[in-house]
Amino acid sequence: MNLYGVKAIYKFEMARMKRTVMQSVLSPVISTCLYFVVFGSAIGSRMGDIDNISYGAYIIPGLMMLSLLMQSISNASFGIYMPKFSGTIYEVLSAPVSYLEIVLGYVGAATTKAVILGLIILATARFFVDYSILHPFWMLSFLVLTAVTFSLFGFIIGIWADGFEKLQIVPMMIVTPLVFLGGTFYSIDMLPEVWQTISLFNPVVYLISGFRWAFYGVSDVHVGISVGMTLIFLTMCMTAVWWIFKTGYRLRS
Amino acid sequence: MQPDISVKHLNKIYEDGFQALKNVSLEIYPGEIFALLGPNGAGKTTLISIICGIVNKGDGEVTAAGYDIVRQYRKAREAIGLVPQELNTDSFETVWDAVSFSRGLFGKPPKPAHIEKVLKDLSLWDKRNNRIMSLSGGMKRRVMIAKALSHEPRILFLDEPTAGVDVELRRDMWEMVRKLRENGTTIILTTHYIEEAEEMADRIGVIRQGEIILVEDKDRLMSKLGKKELRLQLQHKMDKLPGELTLEPIELSEDGYELIYTFDSQQQQAGVARLLRTLGELDIEYRDLRTRESSLEEIFVGLVHE
Repeated sequence: MNLYGVKAIYKFEMARMKRTVMQSVLSPVISTCLYFVVFGSAIGSRMGDIDNISYGAYIIPGLMMLSLLMQSISNASFGIYMPKFSGTIYEVLSAPVSYLEIVLGYVGAATTKAVILGLIILATARFFVDYSILHPFWMLSFLVLTAVTFSLFGFIIGIWADGFEKLQIVPMMIVTPLVFLGGTFYSIDMLPEVWQTISLFNPVVYLISGFRWAFYGVSDVHVGISVGMTLIFLTMCMTAVWWIFKTGYRLRS
Repeated sequence: MQPDISVKHLNKIYEDGFQALKNVSLEIYPGEIFALLGPNGAGKTTLISIICGIVNKGDGEVTAAGYDIVRQYRKAREAIGLVPQELNTDSFETVWDAVSFSRGLFGKPPKPAHIEKVLKDLSLWDKRNNRIMSLSGGMKRRVMIAKALSHEPRILFLDEPTAGVDVELRRDMWEMVRKLRENGTTIILTTHYIEEAEEMADRIGVIRQGEIILVEDKDRLMSKLGKKELRLQLQHKMDKLPGELTLEPIELSEDGYELIYTFDSQQQQAGVARLLRTLGELDIEYRDLRTRESSLEEIFVGLVHE
């Protein structure tokens, strides 16, 4: 295995995070803080508890998941799209690195960045609301598993995209609505029955539900289903990446 | 001797149906400088890109350093360094980081002394902490070369390396290429500057419409296909060629003051001696004479337009 190659890609991507700390870290942290201020403190103080959890604390897993998904996708898609855009991808394609090593480098860095950001947001939330974590191991496991899955998804978007618009379209037009409608700010039990059924087709519901269970032991769907759905999506993303490299889709002509 | 690059019956058809390479076979040997010439769109970059792993191979076999480029791609690619045609560089990285990144990517452990040597050889040492975006085009080209040399490849592909660089840098690069060859590196060069191939190459390959139409030792090629020209400046204007001279491949210039005699460079000088003797017999005086050999460029133009 070309570990030096994996390390080179990983370090290169992490260096980009350092260079763009305002955009990569500060900006999502500030956005999430605003959610905590508005929904957690201002509006949340006037709302009743959900499943015996204060509203401010209830929305923490969903808001963390929102940032985690967006940052995983954005970091990984940008990471692989930029070399394609600038033409420097020639170097990766001509290097003695396997497909797996390329993915490990790019997706590993995107995952690391997203997890770091998620933990920063978690620490920042403490300034606004009081919360507890019932299952820390599972919380971290969900955090990492989701970051890996959506970094892979972002990697696929980065390869598929042939312009900056396409790079933005999936996170903005698909992922954001799915997160907002996936129980970030509410329990799907609060919805009319028909909308509850429709919500179950939203994969993000399972992620947020599982994550919330790790925090407070309450969930919209059974935690086993949440883990299962995340693994299914992870498998789908891995299959798509395998196919991309097998065919050279948008990488090798 | 086992070739460093071996291409056998290689074809490449792109998805849109365009056949970029047609049954290409080629062998390049260790330590030689091989110049691949051809007009735009002839297939030079496709051939290089396939050998380096950037473009998927069609039918045929390709090995680099004795390793199959598909089945043993790691070994094959470890041996290759590529300087692409386009100036594709990262903008925000420093020169040092960019070159070190390339070395790691090619599976080599860090070796600061080697990176330092490469940067010094390419006059980039003073710029090592500069971001690449702040460098001039010529300096960026040097960075591309430094990246390609970072992992100490035994085969170096230079795809139009001196396109758009100034004369001084071009001379520096030629010097560097010669030094690399002296150290045993095999160099494959594509260029539009035929002068470059003429100056540096040991062997020349000409590709036209995806087919290799000629592979020849440079000196042999020039003597085989080259022409020589003898120009005699006359003392007095001549209105038309005397009958005695019409048997020779000789022309009279428009102003009537110059005789131009063309002959194969392989041909012995007998023709020249005979011509001068005839001029003497006809009392045709001349004040100066000069000879000129056709350049590789003229040979190349002749080949690709056949």
